[in-house]
Amino acid sequence: MAESIVISDIHMDALQEISNIGLGNAATSLAELLNKKVDMSVPNACFFDFEQVFDMVGGLEEVVSCVHLGVEGDVPGTIMFIFSEQSTYNLVDMLMGQDLGSTTGLDNMGESAVAEIGNVLTGSFMNAIGGMTGLKMSTSVPMFAFDMLGAIMSSSMAASGYWDDHVLVIETLFFQNNESIKGHFFLLPETGALNRLFEALGMPAEL
Amino acid sequence: MRLSPERWAAAEETSPVTEIQVGIAELKVCRQPDRLITIGLGSCVGVTLYDQSTRIGGLLHIMLPDSTQFSNITKPAKFADLGIPLLVSQIRLRGGRLNSLQAKLAGGAQMFSGLNEKFMLNIGERNIIKARQILKSLGIRIFSEEVGGNRGRTMILDTVSGQVLIRTVGNQAKVI
Repeated sequence: MAESIVISDIHMDALQEISNIGLGNAATSLAELLNKKVDMSVPNACFFDFEQVFDMVGGLEEVVSCVHLGVEGDVPGTIMFIFSEQSTYNLVDMLMGQDLGSTTGLDNMGESAVAEIGNVLTGSFMNAIGGMTGLKMSTSVPMFAFDMLGAIMSSSMAASGYWDDHVLVIETLFFQNNESIKGHFFLLPETGALNRLFEALGMPAEL
Repeated sequence: MRLSPERWAAAEETSPVTEIQVGIAELKVCRQPDRLITIGLGSCVGVTLYDQSTRIGGLLHIMLPDSTQFSNITKPAKFADLGIPLLVSQIRLRGGRLNSLQAKLAGGAQMFSGLNEKFMLNIGERNIIKARQILKSLGIRIFSEEVGGNRGRTMILDTVSGQVLIRTVGNQAKVI
């Protein structure tokens, strides 16, 4: 898939910039959903080794929740949102209008709530990119998991076809009010897909 | 001898041993008293092979069942069909004997809930089936397994007893 592909710095920058706009839009939706201010770090677009991707989020045995969405259309790929265990509970509390700390475990209701957040964030991310480039994209139904980080991410990547040792990852961190919510966003584009994105931006790459 | 998780923990305190970590698409071999550990098996499958007579053990963390559809293979331990024979040969190099090897399997879970076509291909299930098939073709008996379901697992092989400890989130550790 990503075998021996070199993406120039300019294209990497473009990728980072377009992610920044898309994710900014997503952060705004999350803020509206929670009725709270949401910050995010500058997105980072880079090729990573498998192990490095895990290290970005935390320990392999750490409990996290993950919303996984397949992206179809002009820029196919995979989107993953990963929230730490406590952030997951805090998200549910905020969404349900409860005091922080009320939720201590995850039931079906909580699962759907977190999956829906992933859905909304992905939708606004793609709307922003679609609006800017004219590209058409749609997502599959969100999938949800709540378990060990290593088990979730490796399964997610295996199932979406990221079998290479290196993967192109666009990553950012969302946080809200002293990290009461800390979430990672990952976009793993399929290789040919990126080309179409660059073309739409008027800067075709020779991949 | 089957150690309960409590006894296991107690044994750990009295005699500290080296715990060797095996990453995704990796394999390692060691002899007693060391332990091999692989963390966070989801749809991946962990395979341990253990030779009781020499107390040599190996652990392999496979991610995909079949290498034949790939052309550029950098990590053979990623695949069941290449990884298991490789693990066997590494164990034999260290002095382990093929005919006394016993295998244990863990992992192959379906981590995600919700329907999606790509996930319907269920890689976990295919990993399990392929691993069993390859072991059978090599004449290696599967002693026990802890596979399927929807939980992530951590797998630890103790080369002193040949026991394998399975850790999951929110459940008591289990020895297989």
